[in-house]
Amino acid sequence: MIALNREIIEIAKELDVVFFRQRLKEHAVKIGMSVLNQTKLITASSELVRNMLKYAGGGQICIEVINEKMQIGIKVTFEDKGPGIPDIHKAMQDGFSTGKSLGLGLPGAKRLVNEFDIKSEIGKGTIVTIVRWKNGL
Amino acid sequence: MDRIPILKMGNFLLVTIQVDMYDRLALNLENDLVTMIRRVEAKGVLIDISAVSIVDSFMGRILGNIASMSKILDAETVVVGMQPAVAITLVELGLPLTGVHTALDVEKGMILLKNKLNLIEEDDDEDKDPDDSTE
Repeated sequence: MIALNREIIEIAKELDVVFFRQRLKEHAVKIGMSVLNQTKLITASSELVRNMLKYAGGGQICIEVINEKMQIGIKVTFEDKGPGIPDIHKAMQDGFSTGKSLGLGLPGAKRLVNEFDIKSEIGKGTIVTIVRWKNGL
Repeated sequence: MDRIPILKMGNFLLVTIQVDMYDRLALNLENDLVTMIRRVEAKGVLIDISAVSIVDSFMGRILGNIASMSKILDAETVVVGMQPAVAITLVELGLPLTGVHTALDVEKGMILLKNKLNLIEEDDDEDKDPDDSTE
């Protein structure tokens, strides 16, 4: 995997989310991603960045344009130093939420991207990585 | 920037969302709309989201909330102009927005709202929405 372009965005307040989504869109448009794939990628990211703000008070996002096996895509890594997720298996189920939300965030985001990876350690934080290929289904 | 304008037109309230939504903005809109429905005794609410490129679970939930809350206050809500990519994404996300009336554009949305009001005025039986234009 080769990273062609890389940008790091700090998230600390709600308006940072708007800026992040705009930057992500610019990267997606630049590689010629279809509107549908852009929408899925940004919506999934929107869910993940909300979790980051809500449960960890913020964190850091890395947007990368990547090239792997002749495919171009966008990889987004969400890293926070929050409380961590006690039971990832449960958190990945539809309708499970410790907050007041609908519990669609994590499982919904996973459905909208081509690759999804989550690692969490109690007391240390959570790292979620997603990839959406330019021409992926 | 923290508020979306609401226009009153006869019995209806019109909202056109032209900016990137974030959570506080959506919550303010919900609050303002519900307050205004009560204040001006509106019978219908039309929300145009044709310029909105992202509707995530929070924004979707707010749209659903507005529809349910206005229903309790005796007003109908129609969401119009959703972009196809947004519709596909919402359903895949797991939020099919059941219970929210939709129309393809503002014009069709207004017709839908007017029809709903006429139906209610003509016969007092609650109609079970046979004319949801979600096709």
